[in-house]
Amino acid sequence: MNFLENIWQFIQSLPSPIAQGMIWGMMAIGVYITYKILDVADLTVDGSLATGGAVLVVLTTQYGVNIYLAMLVAFAAGCLAGFATGILHTKMGIPAILAGILTQLALYSINLRIMDDRANVTINRRTFQLIVSSYAGENQLYWTIGKCALFIVVIVGVLYWFFGTEMGHSIRATGCNLNMARSNGINTDSRKIIGLTISNGIVAIAGGLLAQFSGSADVNMGRGAIVIGLAAVIIGEVIFGKLFNHFILRLLSVVIGGVLYYIVISLVLKLGLKTNDLKLFSALIVAIFLAIPHFKAKLAPRRPKPKKEVE
Amino acid sequence: MLKIENVHKTFNPGTINEKKALQGINLTLESGDFVTVIGGNGAGKSTLLNMITGVYPVDCGTIEIDGINLTKMPDYKRAKFFGRVFQDPMMGTAADMQIEENLALALRRGKPRTLLPGITRKERAMFRELLAALDLGLENRLTSKVGLLSGGQRQAITLLMATLQNPKLLMLDEHTAALDPQTAAKVLELTDQIVNRDKITTIMITHNMKDAIAHGNRLIMMDSGRIVYDVSGEEKQRLTVPELIQKFSESGGGMLSDRTLLQS
Repeated sequence: MNFLENIWQFIQSLPSPIAQGMIWGMMAIGVYITYKILDVADLTVDGSLATGGAVLVVLTTQYGVNIYLAMLVAFAAGCLAGFATGILHTKMGIPAILAGILTQLALYSINLRIMDDRANVTINRRTFQLIVSSYAGENQLYWTIGKCALFIVVIVGVLYWFFGTEMGHSIRATGCNLNMARSNGINTDSRKIIGLTISNGIVAIAGGLLAQFSGSADVNMGRGAIVIGLAAVIIGEVIFGKLFNHFILRLLSVVIGGVLYYIVISLVLKLGLKTNDLKLFSALIVAIFLAIPHFKAKLAPRRPKPKKEVE
Repeated sequence: MLKIENVHKTFNPGTINEKKALQGINLTLESGDFVTVIGGNGAGKSTLLNMITGVYPVDCGTIEIDGINLTKMPDYKRAKFFGRVFQDPMMGTAADMQIEENLALALRRGKPRTLLPGITRKERAMFRELLAALDLGLENRLTSKVGLLSGGQRQAITLLMATLQNPKLLMLDEHTAALDPQTAAKVLELTDQIVNRDKITTIMITHNMKDAIAHGNRLIMMDSGRIVYDVSGEEKQRLTVPELIQKFSESGGGMLSDRTLLQS
């Protein structure tokens, strides 16, 4: 009886991790652009997520800016962060990972500046008209889920259009085969910069929503964001990779990956995992999922090679 | 149309790995020339193409095409003049992208990439026609990922991409060497077809002496970063494989690879 009650309780508490997972899944779409399309592991996101949150909270609470306008500025700020990483990487020859780490580190100070030297700035749902919040009363959480879904639909729609344009094609080619891209006249440096810029812009949007959801912007809110983003991307790929081939479905599977990740997290927390151990747990999950293809290849029995396609 | 003057290139200068890849190359191509290039491993054949396309900068010398000085131009800007097919079928195409997307990318070489659709209906119809002409059954697979295709199919598509918008110069870097003999023959036949149809100035590197003689109107032999033999016209037509091997040993290098000999 007690067990069933626990399950019922857990199911009732699901809307919160679902909403949170959707926001992180949105962030993971940004990670997907760099990690999957550009073939670059971009660590800028740990910083740009907090930048998005900081810009949004400060603009709304201290300057009275309309929250949607503040989201737009947060997006622009994230874009700028990605642009910086792109310049470090392409124009200054710094390896992509290191370039991301440098920007991320610099952003820590910048984010503190944005928040006027405070590590945490709160935003209250009672004082401000928030887009999303974790407040569970008055069906607010369902509204939050609905609005997150709307954001995701818009972002996925815009990205689908963009990556189908001449410019989008050239960015995909850059990530897929750099030499081929260059020998087809594509300035691969500029394409990497554009990809990193868009990616971090989306991450900052997620940061803005996340700050509203959790009621504050925190200078540390992005710590480990890249790992969560990768988790969402990989979980989505492992579960839906064979099923989903269309670009839109691929992006949606990333979001679903984020939601599943947060459901699992809330489950293990319920089962007694300490919050402080959460990052260790996340790192392990991602490490395992990243290692699966490696071990699969190693342990695969010697099968005859797949037949070549008939010409 | 192509004018290469006194081009030198040394890799890792001043170290024990120093490699003088090109030692004063002078080469002028006329419009419509089809030049075959032979030479042992490390003779500088591929390096020459890399210099022309700008993969690496030259140490000294100049490269011009139709009077335009390319020497300092970055590779992606030069790309509009060239089409190139590599030995490795993986290199010339984007595996994760569809056949039509690859072709559309090549069609836009040298043009600004805008926010207009990456591929139009009209282009799609054109691609279908071009693919049908290849006779590889690809015309109904426009949206297949290129990565699913065989090496020969990929090479044929790369060739199509390289010639899609009439390059000033087509460069083929042993583009049939990684294919089985039958497929290689087919791709080579296709090459002749396209080059003759569009009168494209072409440089073709090959390990196969028979191919080097049978194709094109001019033959160049390279050794140790130099052009050691240059023959064209009737003299080239009369050339035989034994004569060519003779020239090879005379050139001083004599570094004939087993592969070259076996295929001769």
